[in-house]
Amino acid sequence: MAQAAIELIGINKSFGAVRANRDINLEIGRGTIHGIVGENGAGKSTLMSILYGFYQADSGEIRVGGQPASIKTPNDAIALGIGMVHQHFMLVDNFTVLENVILGAESDALLKKSIAKARSELERLEREYGLEVDPDAIIEELPVGLQQRVEILKALYRGAEILILDEPTGVLTPAEADHLFRILRQLKDQGKTVVLITHKLREIMAITDTVSVMRQGTMVATRETAKTTVEELAELMVGRRVLLRVEKGEAAAGAVKLAVKNLTVRDTRGVTMVDDISFDIRAGEIVGIAGVAGNGQSELLEAISGIRRAVSGSVMLDGKPIDLTGAADPGELRDRGLAHVPEDRHHVGLVLAFEENENSILGYHDDPRYLRGPFLNIDAIRNDAKDKITKYDIRPADCRLKTANFSGGNQQKIVLAREMEQDPGVLIVGQPTRGVDVGAIEFIHKRLIAMRDQGKAVLVVSVELDEIRSLSDRILVMFAGRIVGERGPEATEGELGLLMAGIEHQEAAE
Amino acid sequence: MDVFNAIIQTLDSTIRLSVPLLLACLAGLYSERAGIFDIGLEGKMLVGAFAGAAAASVFHSAFLGLGMAILISVAFAMIHGFASITHRGNQIVSGVAINFIAAGSTIILGQAWFQQGGRTPALQPGERFEAITLPGAEAIRDVPIIGPIYAELLSGHSILVYLAFLMVPFTWWVLFRTRFGLRLRAVGENPAAVDTAGISVAWLRYRALICTGILTGIAGAYLSMVQNGGFVKDMTAGKGYIALAALIFAKWKPVNAMFACLLFGFLDAASIRLQGSPLPIIGKVPAQFMQALPYILTVILLAGFIGKAIPPRAGGVPYVKER
Repeated sequence: MAQAAIELIGINKSFGAVRANRDINLEIGRGTIHGIVGENGAGKSTLMSILYGFYQADSGEIRVGGQPASIKTPNDAIALGIGMVHQHFMLVDNFTVLENVILGAESDALLKKSIAKARSELERLEREYGLEVDPDAIIEELPVGLQQRVEILKALYRGAEILILDEPTGVLTPAEADHLFRILRQLKDQGKTVVLITHKLREIMAITDTVSVMRQGTMVATRETAKTTVEELAELMVGRRVLLRVEKGEAAAGAVKLAVKNLTVRDTRGVTMVDDISFDIRAGEIVGIAGVAGNGQSELLEAISGIRRAVSGSVMLDGKPIDLTGAADPGELRDRGLAHVPEDRHHVGLVLAFEENENSILGYHDDPRYLRGPFLNIDAIRNDAKDKITKYDIRPADCRLKTANFSGGNQQKIVLAREMEQDPGVLIVGQPTRGVDVGAIEFIHKRLIAMRDQGKAVLVVSVELDEIRSLSDRILVMFAGRIVGERGPEATEGELGLLMAGIEHQEAAE
Repeated sequence: MDVFNAIIQTLDSTIRLSVPLLLACLAGLYSERAGIFDIGLEGKMLVGAFAGAAAASVFHSAFLGLGMAILISVAFAMIHGFASITHRGNQIVSGVAINFIAAGSTIILGQAWFQQGGRTPALQPGERFEAITLPGAEAIRDVPIIGPIYAELLSGHSILVYLAFLMVPFTWWVLFRTRFGLRLRAVGENPAAVDTAGISVAWLRYRALICTGILTGIAGAYLSMVQNGGFVKDMTAGKGYIALAALIFAKWKPVNAMFACLLFGFLDAASIRLQGSPLPIIGKVPAQFMQALPYILTVILLAGFIGKAIPPRAGGVPYVKER
């Protein structure tokens, strides 16, 4: 094996009572692509933040290139040739690419010289690694794929030999992700070391040389990628066997439950986000809407669930129209049997400062079951919450706990339990497993399929192609506010990826 | 010629009246661009005014007065920093507290030290900043048009007036042409980006507040040592708040800030000038209305006529590392 670029020996880190990293040992070979996988909260990001000097380990030793290193601030890490591309980009949105690249690494007290130097340096990096980006572009006007490239350039400009990427593909289209992987391979060929943090096992298999698995703050295994399988990694991550693709029978589609016709929706800026869309959902089927985030899916969901006004078009629920002119009221839709699990559970689905049991009835709080005269029937609410906690395996099983203290997956289960247990005829779900762990994903998928098998109509919107393909009986692809194609669940990822990128659509238009 | 003279005189007092606004507005620009809301400009000006007049009167030196004004004002800025940067307190609460402390402490200390009902002793020549006559002002005074503009409008101000207007291009240069300025703007937009780039967010914000303190100190010194011959209680009279309004109006840009402050200064000058004199068509307007006019206009301008003002994105939010 190649000489180690980084060695971590006995790293421990606690945040209060939470032990984020326990006794971590890890060796990363020079010139390799090393993957680190684990569920949310397994301690991957904490470990990398320690390596980047963002946090300091409580105990343990870091060696860089065989030499013991003391990394107290990001500056120390940068000086040792460690660069990091964060999950949430660390860019100043209204600065230019060049300004972002030099920030903190200015060669001179005056900007003019620093920028001139950076400009020629960027040209060199562009030639060497194929990292093209307009140096004078404003960050917020660039697509996310390019913004990420700026982050990589930032690290390389600072002379990074070791590049850490934290969940780099979460925001990318499949094509952008492929491009990123090509760049990473090129970096590796030039002798750089790449550390890739992700929870997507497919990516690990596709690009890494070595993979380490973390679970609950510990390093459970390190494998050569060529000698392991997705199934083994998933099992190591979760600690038990996981079904990556849920089993489901044939759909028995019945009557049309929800009919969307010529729906057009504008966002707050007045831009048309949903452009003349029509589709039906029948009882007993799951319809999936695939698409890169920002192509109108969110606005579509909001319009159907009564949160946002539509400009024109109609939506029929059980053959009766929904008033789209603005008088629509999510409460009325709920009474008519349309339940909505919003994309953004933190802002729309939950009040994080409330106790779990309060959130478990939110929106259904005037149901007589939860009332005693004009007052809330606290006992009934809590008992009801306890039932849901048992049924949906929400952990910790404490209905008095503040909702903010549950993990993302468990918060999502709280919302799902609330909406599903109302026995709705139509269930609309946005990003059912965003920020949810592998184990909980399996559970949520099973539940959604159970809903379908009970004869409910289910609409799933997700940016995760795997999820759409695994759940849906029919797949609709959205691009630029329109539905650009309908495919069966057997559609290949490449086929859907092209549709999502609008390629087939554009060719047809030309 | 009377009308011309009236205009020149009004513009002259426009300049005089906009100087404290301009200095305070630029002071606020440094801190708000760095992501620290500073509603305490008012208080810092007030302590600056008091410290300046008190020191000038005791040490018989205008420059010692100015130095003391800056020192005390910076000290108050550091209190704001300690509360809102180091301890991540609410910036509005901290700013309001500074205003209260300033209003109270200047009166109490003034009374204890000078026994003149909270005033400082009237400043003698040499203890104040005197007007500077620009070269050639007297020679061309009698040239029509140009003469009065040069001699009345441009010449004959104190050094602090020229300093205030020089601060406009200087601030622009610092903000947009230097490394410090780049970092300062970055920390107001996305402190996490600054932190991960290996720069200390706290130290950067403290430095921004030092700039703020220096400028509010000069603004205060101008009030008590140029505009007035000593400190009078509550002499800032809301200028710190008007400066904040001007800052929003200027969309946090130095040159815009100058024009915004000149506009507010002009309204102030016009209201003084027009008091008691009948306006065409409208007739005689109550003095109270003319005094209120700048404030009424501020509200109207801010409510609808400036378009979308996008503040620095991280403004008002204490920086906490994730988790």
